[in-house]
Amino acid sequence: MNRRAPWVLVLPALLGLAFLVLPLAGLLLRAPWSTLGTRLARPEILDALRLSLISATLATLLCLLMGVPLAWVLGRVDFPGRRLVRALVTVPLVLPPVVGGVALLLALGRNGLAGRWLDRWFGVTLPFTTAGVVLAEAFVALPFLVISVEGAVRAADLRYEDAAATLGASRWTTFRRVTLPLIAPGVGAGAVLCWARALGEFGATITFAGNFPGRTQTMPLAVYLALENDPQAAIVLSLVLLAVSVVVLAGLRGRWVS
Amino acid sequence: MGFVIDARLVVRRGDFTLDLALTAAPGEVVALLGPNGAGKTTALRALAGLTPLSEGHIRVDGEPWHDRPAERRPVGVVFQDYLLFPHLSALENVAFGPRCHGVRRREARRLAAEWLDRVGLADQAARKPRTLSGGQAQRVALARALAVGPRLLLLDEPLSALDAHTRPAVRARLRRHLADFDGAAVLVTHDPLDAMALADRLVVIENGGVVQEGTPAHVARHPRTDYVARLVGLNLYRGTAHGHSVTLAGDAVTFNAAESLDGEVFLAFPPSAVALFRTRPDGSPRNLWHATVAGLEPHADQIRVHLEDPVHAAADVTPAALAELRLAEGDRVWAAVKAAETHAYPA
Repeated sequence: MNRRAPWVLVLPALLGLAFLVLPLAGLLLRAPWSTLGTRLARPEILDALRLSLISATLATLLCLLMGVPLAWVLGRVDFPGRRLVRALVTVPLVLPPVVGGVALLLALGRNGLAGRWLDRWFGVTLPFTTAGVVLAEAFVALPFLVISVEGAVRAADLRYEDAAATLGASRWTTFRRVTLPLIAPGVGAGAVLCWARALGEFGATITFAGNFPGRTQTMPLAVYLALENDPQAAIVLSLVLLAVSVVVLAGLRGRWVS
Repeated sequence: MGFVIDARLVVRRGDFTLDLALTAAPGEVVALLGPNGAGKTTALRALAGLTPLSEGHIRVDGEPWHDRPAERRPVGVVFQDYLLFPHLSALENVAFGPRCHGVRRREARRLAAEWLDRVGLADQAARKPRTLSGGQAQRVALARALAVGPRLLLLDEPLSALDAHTRPAVRARLRRHLADFDGAAVLVTHDPLDAMALADRLVVIENGGVVQEGTPAHVARHPRTDYVARLVGLNLYRGTAHGHSVTLAGDAVTFNAAESLDGEVFLAFPPSAVALFRTRPDGSPRNLWHATVAGLEPHADQIRVHLEDPVHAAADVTPAALAELRLAEGDRVWAAVKAAETHAYPA
């Protein structure tokens, strides 16, 4: 038989639940449902939505290209300073995104450490461009992918790679045809989390890429701007982001949360 | 006769050292038999190139292998729990090796289908490994290992993952496939039955070294260590022979053996050859000693009586005989073995 839970625990628990649910309920209750269709169809909202989806997807692809190999190295290769590297990878998780944006400016800005040479040699300027949005989002989202994939790499049974080697598979073939499929669930979960984080990114984006409609103004930036001159539009944009979050959560159910 | 494989494997790890010389002729099946931790699997991994040699050499068909990485050794391995790639179908698992050796996709699939057919699984080609039974998975693993055309086939406990009632059929099938294989096969097992049934030659290893080597029939009759004696179910002693008379180490008992030898010998007899008596039997030309009952346990349809003092021995008696003797732990009994069933061989 269950013993009655003590009220000193139940009360704060209920309060916490209400604290999480109430704002979302407010969003749903105050939404201008009757004009939702026409508001969603407005070009500036569609622009922001399209830009957000494209940049989050590109940022996720970038994270996959860099993050899977990084996770593999962290999970498989024993090298001095591995713990330090792992700590470095997780820095963007705890760093305030605005600081990330400033750091990106210092590194990749026109006068930045690397940005100077990009500008001089290739004529490439990253800040305040759509490419800048993608970079800012990738910067904050990469740790999510690396952590998820590294966990999968460590959990994968090494002996399958032995079996592949005895069948004549090179290291690369083994990675491509055996390791990658084995860690696919981890890569999938990591990519979804990474994409969701990129989609919601605000601080680093506005600092590094600015807020130009159609070019760098993503959904979160549009929400913030709309709140000042068109609160109804801000609610609609927020609803869209909430819907995306719910879909992501549903897709991840059981993979990441448990 | 030329050897397919001629190897000396030395692997040092911590304070464990494996040091093993191994040869195998074309078509020969060699079983590495030994208790857990003896180094059997390490030897197999060293042959496959998955564990580096600390010292020694591996030559296959005269070519040095020891400097090659695993993927460049024409070897087939059947792993203990098969390690079929879980995301690939049975057919794709078997086609994996040929694909890695540069065979085109369609040709590799045709080859894989042929191998699956040969192990009797043509109709299971599309199944994923987790939907296969243990016996089927083992056959897919065998087909996968053979599909690359290896000169050396390595099998790590190929039957240990199977339950008792599927084992005999799978063992019989494996035996036929091994008979068809023209390279050398090295099998690792701790099960004497598998070793006896599948191998042409046994190499018994304990603590990283070879303690005995020979045909299954020879090893079964002439164990040289307590481990082997236990496996084949014999009482084993060391002693000094003068003709038919053998004095056991410690001068405790003298036996008469069927063979006439001189010098250091092993002496062996089966527990079923030991007869027990409450009172001293007289008049028969048998090996006779007075012993203490150390323990009793059921053994198949017999009772195994463990004797000690002056020597350890096992005796198998029928439950009826035991009831008649009214034996209990600590009792003193007379034990007797006919000289004709007591075998001596040089140590």
